[in-house]
Amino acid sequence: MLEIKNLHVSIGDRKILEGLSLSVKAGEVAAIMGPNGTGKSTLAYVLAGREGYEVTEGEALLDGENILGLEPHQRAARGLFLAFQYPVEIPGVATMTFLKAALNAQRRARGEGEAPTPDLMKRVRAAAKGLGVDSEILKRALNAGFSGGEKKRMEILQMALLAPRFAILDETDSGLDIDALRVVADGVNALRAKDRAFLVITHYQRLLNYIRPDTVHVMARGRIMRTGGPELALELEKNGYRDYVGEAA
Amino acid sequence: MAARQETVARVASIDVDAYKYGFFTDIEAEKAPKGLNEDIVRFISAKKNEPQWLTDWRLGAYRRWLTMAEPNWAKVDYPPIDYQDLHYYAAPKSTPGPTSLADVDPELLRTYEKLGIPLREQEILAGVETRRVAVDAVFDSVSVATTFKAELARAGVIFCPISEAVREHPELVRKYLGSVVPVTDNFFATLNSAVFSDGSFVYVPPGVRCPMELSTYFRINERNTGQFERTLIIADAGSYVSYLEGCTAPRRDENQLHAAVVELVALDDAEIKYSTVQNWYPGDSAGKGGVFNFVTKRGDCRGRNSHISWTQVETGSAITWKYPSCILRGDGSQGEFYSIAVSNGRQQVDSGTKMLHLGKNTRSRIISKGIAAGRSQNTYRGLVSAHRKASGARNFTNCDSLLIGSQCGAHTVPYIESKNASAVFEHEATTSKISEDQLFYCMQRGLSEEEATALIVNGFVREVLQKLPMEFAVEAQKLIAISLEGSVG
Ligand SMILES: Nc1ncnc2c1ncn2[C@@H]1O[C@H](COP(=O)(O)OP(=O)(O)O)[C@@H](O)[C@H]1O
Ligand SMILES: [Mg+2]
Repeated sequence: MLEIKNLHVSIGDRKILEGLSLSVKAGEVAAIMGPNGTGKSTLAYVLAGREGYEVTEGEALLDGENILGLEPHQRAARGLFLAFQYPVEIPGVATMTFLKAALNAQRRARGEGEAPTPDLMKRVRAAAKGLGVDSEILKRALNAGFSGGEKKRMEILQMALLAPRFAILDETDSGLDIDALRVVADGVNALRAKDRAFLVITHYQRLLNYIRPDTVHVMARGRIMRTGGPELALELEKNGYRDYVGEAA
Repeated sequence: MAARQETVARVASIDVDAYKYGFFTDIEAEKAPKGLNEDIVRFISAKKNEPQWLTDWRLGAYRRWLTMAEPNWAKVDYPPIDYQDLHYYAAPKSTPGPTSLADVDPELLRTYEKLGIPLREQEILAGVETRRVAVDAVFDSVSVATTFKAELARAGVIFCPISEAVREHPELVRKYLGSVVPVTDNFFATLNSAVFSDGSFVYVPPGVRCPMELSTYFRINERNTGQFERTLIIADAGSYVSYLEGCTAPRRDENQLHAAVVELVALDDAEIKYSTVQNWYPGDSAGKGGVFNFVTKRGDCRGRNSHISWTQVETGSAITWKYPSCILRGDGSQGEFYSIAVSNGRQQVDSGTKMLHLGKNTRSRIISKGIAAGRSQNTYRGLVSAHRKASGARNFTNCDSLLIGSQCGAHTVPYIESKNASAVFEHEATTSKISEDQLFYCMQRGLSEEEATALIVNGFVREVLQKLPMEFAVEAQKLIAISLEGSVG
């Protein structure tokens, strides 16, 4: 489903990703683990199309199509979703309004009609309930003044609503207590499906106790250093990243 | 929601430089020769069959104007205006004065149709429910039609062109004209007093709630013609009226001068809501052409517990110089100013309000939302003052500016003067920018950059949009999106 081939990315003069290759199949949950500052968020942003990154080499194919030349909203319409490590506040725009706008924009882009507002609101409320999100929050401006946990739940709520084909979760576990973590993980697990894939980025193995990955990739120094099964996460938990970082010296 | 989608669809279908109201109606006009002198003032007065007192009033204003200098304190910059190079009167030949709808030149009706202003009595602006709006349509210097007059008359409400009011209701006009904005008030208001052409007159008798929204639609059509309309609204004791004003002009390479005066008088317990959607031609993206909008709008809360609120959505004009104000004279009176001022391209806006607290326990509220894009300059300038006797006066002011891009400017210039120790004035101001992060976040969720900008801007102005009558709010939201077209990327 997602095929990244020899990706090289720089910010200004600085090389961040240096020949990263990775493939994720439909139905798969892949985890990327790696030390801070290694380029995990950069990878997520480049896949989602944020400005400020220069792709000097390589490609990223989503369902066989290189998406690196597309605008962010075009990638979204093709089913790419990113749960942000730091969700952005949108003052003045009620959360419900934002969700409706996003959903309908994607529907329009795919040539589907807009969803009738009452149906949509019902779906949003149901999704909110499932994630333990107070429906009062839907009236407030998106992410404005939300707690860290509320922001992360809102990301998962959006994911549930937009039902993407390929979802990237960037450190969704950071800043969550154990209960919130469980709720978020349940939200992800509920979406697991044969025609959908996940790329779960995390620094700690903790999240992977709740979202069981099919594959674990170790990322360091701008590329994938090792790929294995869930047992790899446990090994990292024990030994840390020093084996991978050390090679730089 | 539907409105927003429509906005987006409309934005998508529009060119950066397209001002869709920029067409010209080819209709034969009768014009005064170019230039300004006493004969021109007499000519205008004669065209309107005015009584001697008004001719003298105009001449007095003209003589005064000759001694005045154009104000230069606003943060706007424009080439000198040659006041002798303008026509001060233009009227479509086919419609010499207000007539019944059946007599209006079909070409004019088509013009208003194209502008989305139906001059028919069974229709409404793009509303959802069938609310009726009475329209006075002013084309260059004359009113060409007023709808629903008969029905309003049954309620005792007078709604007619001011030129007609001068003839039919001289006692009211004489009593109130210039009583809020004196002839000597300022350069542009004094000029207007000398040469004002047409505009609307409203009188709502005691205890009457005006049965429908009243609206005036101004259209500048002729080349090199100034528009100097004059509006006078009187809400007698215990009455209520909501009034809407809209305006457009053809695209022209040269600048057009618009210097209007609006006077509102609210007597005891009366309320006037005055809403404006100002969409004069703003000039092209290089700053060529566009309307110079130098307007004096003032409301006098003359009676106890009277209430005047100004709501404005300003998207047009090359230069805007405009400060709708309230004189809070009656004890317990209330003034409000809700404003959205959008500037793009090379537009310059210097706008705000004055709340002059004279009576006891008077209250005022100012909510101003300035949005600057392109290379525009957007200034909020406001004065809140409390007179020595204005004990218990209260004001709340909130001025927010939103910048789109990095070549525009937003400025806030609040003046506060209090001569009464019990007055409480609060002021809040913020300036923010639509950040790359916000745009990216929205786009990641599927919105295009234009849609994302429109969504964020709508969030920013929502509080003020809610103050507009429903039909106008929808229209205004679209206008804002269109005005900001081409401001991102
Ligand atoms: N906008 C930026 N400008 C310069 N350097 C950046 C920028 N964003 C990230 N970096 C650098 O790129 C590297 C990778 O960052 P990031 O992708 O956030 O890592 P991770 O998510 O793995 O912690 C870090 O060294 C970080 O400092
Ligand atoms: Mg990161």
